[in-house]
Amino acid sequence: MKSPTPTEQISIVMAGHVDHGKSTVIGRLLAETGALPKGKLEQVRELCRRTAKPFEYAFLLDALKDEQAQGITIDAARCFFRTAKRPYILIDAPGHIEFLKNMITGASRAEAALLVIDAKEGIQENTKRHGYMLSMLGLRQLSVLVNKMDLIQYSRKGFETIRDEYRAFLGRLGIQPVSFIPVSGLSGANIAARSPETGWYEGPTVLEQIDAFHRKEFPETLPFRLPVQDIYKFTEQGDDRRVVAGTIETGTLSVGDAVVFQPSGKTSRIKSIEYFNGPVKQTASAGEAPGFTLDTQLYIKPGEWMVKQGQPPLQVGTRFRVNLFWMGHAPMIRDHAYKLKLGAVRSPVKLVEVLSVLDATELGTVANKQQVDRHDVAEVILETPKPVAFDVVGEIEQTGRLVIVDNFEIAGAGIILAGVTTRESTLQDHIRAREIAWKNSAISKSERTATYGHGAKFVVFTGADEAIGEGYARALERKLFTLNYKAYYLGLENVTRGLDADLRSEGDIRDDHIRRLGELARIFTDSGQIFITSLSNVDDYDLQTLTLLNSPHEILAIHIGENRFVEFPPNLTLAAGSLLEDGVDAVCDLLKQKNVILEYSI
Amino acid sequence: MTHLDRLEATSVHILREAYREFKNLVMLWSIGKDSTVLLWLARKAFFGHVPFPLMHVDTHYKIPEMITYRDRMARDWHLDLIVGENRSALAAKQTFPDGKLTRVECCRSLKSEALKHTLSGEWPRLRLDPTSGRLEPEKKREGFSGAIVGARADEEGSRSKERYFSARDQQSEWDVGDQPPELWKQYKTDFAPGTHVRIHPLLDWTELNIWEYIDRENIPIIPLYFDRGDGTRYRSLGCYPCTSPVESTARTVPEIIEELRSGKFADIAERSGREQDKEDGGGLETLRRGGYM
Repeated sequence: MKSPTPTEQISIVMAGHVDHGKSTVIGRLLAETGALPKGKLEQVRELCRRTAKPFEYAFLLDALKDEQAQGITIDAARCFFRTAKRPYILIDAPGHIEFLKNMITGASRAEAALLVIDAKEGIQENTKRHGYMLSMLGLRQLSVLVNKMDLIQYSRKGFETIRDEYRAFLGRLGIQPVSFIPVSGLSGANIAARSPETGWYEGPTVLEQIDAFHRKEFPETLPFRLPVQDIYKFTEQGDDRRVVAGTIETGTLSVGDAVVFQPSGKTSRIKSIEYFNGPVKQTASAGEAPGFTLDTQLYIKPGEWMVKQGQPPLQVGTRFRVNLFWMGHAPMIRDHAYKLKLGAVRSPVKLVEVLSVLDATELGTVANKQQVDRHDVAEVILETPKPVAFDVVGEIEQTGRLVIVDNFEIAGAGIILAGVTTRESTLQDHIRAREIAWKNSAISKSERTATYGHGAKFVVFTGADEAIGEGYARALERKLFTLNYKAYYLGLENVTRGLDADLRSEGDIRDDHIRRLGELARIFTDSGQIFITSLSNVDDYDLQTLTLLNSPHEILAIHIGENRFVEFPPNLTLAAGSLLEDGVDAVCDLLKQKNVILEYSI
Repeated sequence: MTHLDRLEATSVHILREAYREFKNLVMLWSIGKDSTVLLWLARKAFFGHVPFPLMHVDTHYKIPEMITYRDRMARDWHLDLIVGENRSALAAKQTFPDGKLTRVECCRSLKSEALKHTLSGEWPRLRLDPTSGRLEPEKKREGFSGAIVGARADEEGSRSKERYFSARDQQSEWDVGDQPPELWKQYKTDFAPGTHVRIHPLLDWTELNIWEYIDRENIPIIPLYFDRGDGTRYRSLGCYPCTSPVESTARTVPEIIEELRSGKFADIAERSGREQDKEDGGGLETLRRGGYM
């Protein structure tokens, strides 16, 4: 027997203010299309009979007990049904303000939206707020159902008043609804069948409208963007592939194409496109989640973007202006560390400035606020400690979206409006303030140098292997000590459990460890010592951070193995297999050249 | 992209996200069609590999063919298989088939409780020894903070409200009313110590999608799903005292698809053969809050 052709399906979210009758409309839609599983309707009728409640279509969806008690949908529930044309996933989003995060979850999974307005109550706060959220989420395919038409005697004027007012509101958000439909969930008017009560209405029924919705198209013609989710090297059963994996957000890429990784700036060429149990692919496009192997061995990390050479790249920066919606119980405040997730990027992030807070229901700016409260929509400036790559929504919507994590939960969602070119980063601001406040010792640098017989220096060993770097660092400490120089080795592990024991595990705490190590280096070098440390997997920005934090004193970077730095070349590179002794001698040689020590051979 | 391509890409993305964010991750494998599709999707995501262990909770009332099939697949696909059970309840005959518990209580004891303590590493577990090919007692049992589960939203009411990444507290409890938002492929991957997360890559799949995908990918599925001559087949697999086969003559995957799409099962709930659902007010909600899958 030949396999039947698979069927396409489309997901639609139901939005609107609480009690405007979303669940009733859905229940009616399910019943009238005969799409309910056989047991389902009887099951709910039976439950109503047992609990002596009149049957309501809404109960079909409110499958959970406490929801039925409250009579409101507390979460985005999916239901599955089909029309003659195709199957659907209908997502019932709650209309109560407390559950806005659930509405957002529902809407973000949908390809089209039905927004319900109570004909009698008219446009309410969440009618507008949901409209705003749909525009921010990028959901453009929207039909508005003016429900409970039976309560206003199917009045054309009542319908048109609501339609014109809401159309104007959506227009300001840049949304053009595909239709406004007068319906009644209770009587079934214009849900599946045209109602004789609304003879003046010539548009589609709800059923006709959903069948007319288009499937979401993947933006294949935009520049190629792959958030690098991971790099796999599974050696089991002799597999030697090194695979760059992720879900393509936009564009198309083919075998042989030259690619750039951002923000590292590394380049390579696509060797193959990997896909398990399928035909060999030469090209992969937006929406697909394949893997890629590269022509060259590159050291790249999850969180970078892979883009196609010759196409417009992402912007790279540390500050951006964001339109942000806040769902967290605690407000978003300044000087608090949050975590940013943008594509595959994970970075610490801070709120730098609240530019304005928008009233999502009136689209006007409210008071000059310094923080972003729950359910606020605000225009803010955010800053990451290291540069990240991003797009602005005006150019590529899919890769200009971010979420903010606070206290283990996604608390904010935003779209990047623009990159902000800054005069100086927060780190530079911090160092300037620190240095202005720094109280110099009564003993001068030259006095220390004269007495100790050597200058101060911060020596950092970097390389892929932690143990090797530590080996060199400890050997250098021993050598300098033997020569009567004041040298001290401190590894990150001695800081983690002590000085850094208070660091929360949220965000990228490695950045915080590095920051504190930099501050320690500033103190040690100020005391006239040669301060030595070793770090594995350090990138350009870590080195820049350490250099800045250690200023006004100087840093000496020694890298072991193949050089991966682009912007901050190390002062010395040791071959991976060098003898410990030779390596230490080479570092001492350099210290002598830099006039830190006078003599090093005994 | 077809709808199966889209479903596959979303599931693959979720699996990779879980693998990136959770250091001690496990996939639950019930041997049924859904979790076997899930296992196949892991091989898609990781290019033929399954880079985490598979966990099966054995109630000892499973249809015997399920265990044979499990062990064969584990060998064929080089799986790292862990098996858990509620040893004390089974030894004390505290079960529904022994007449001591109701069906729902039995599910809670042999499945939910066993799962909870097997995940945490508190109870003894067996692990497949790749050299001997036998299940051996596991000596050093680590706890898992992320569990990948094959729940689908279309199965019943409470599952339709699940997130892709769903947090559970220390008691494995689920706070349905206060779930974190999920949007733009960003999920809850940060969690407080002591909590664990269930990951649901199949949430958007329907029963029909599962069979369409099995057909497309040619996934080896346990033959209990097919009529083998007596005019019945299992539509949903569970413990034999509480699961009955349905009347059907579907012998092949395409025949099952046809039956679901326009034939006799087009409008009959999938779990109609599962007795514990009926006892639980039709919602499975009581069971799921306590950690049922």
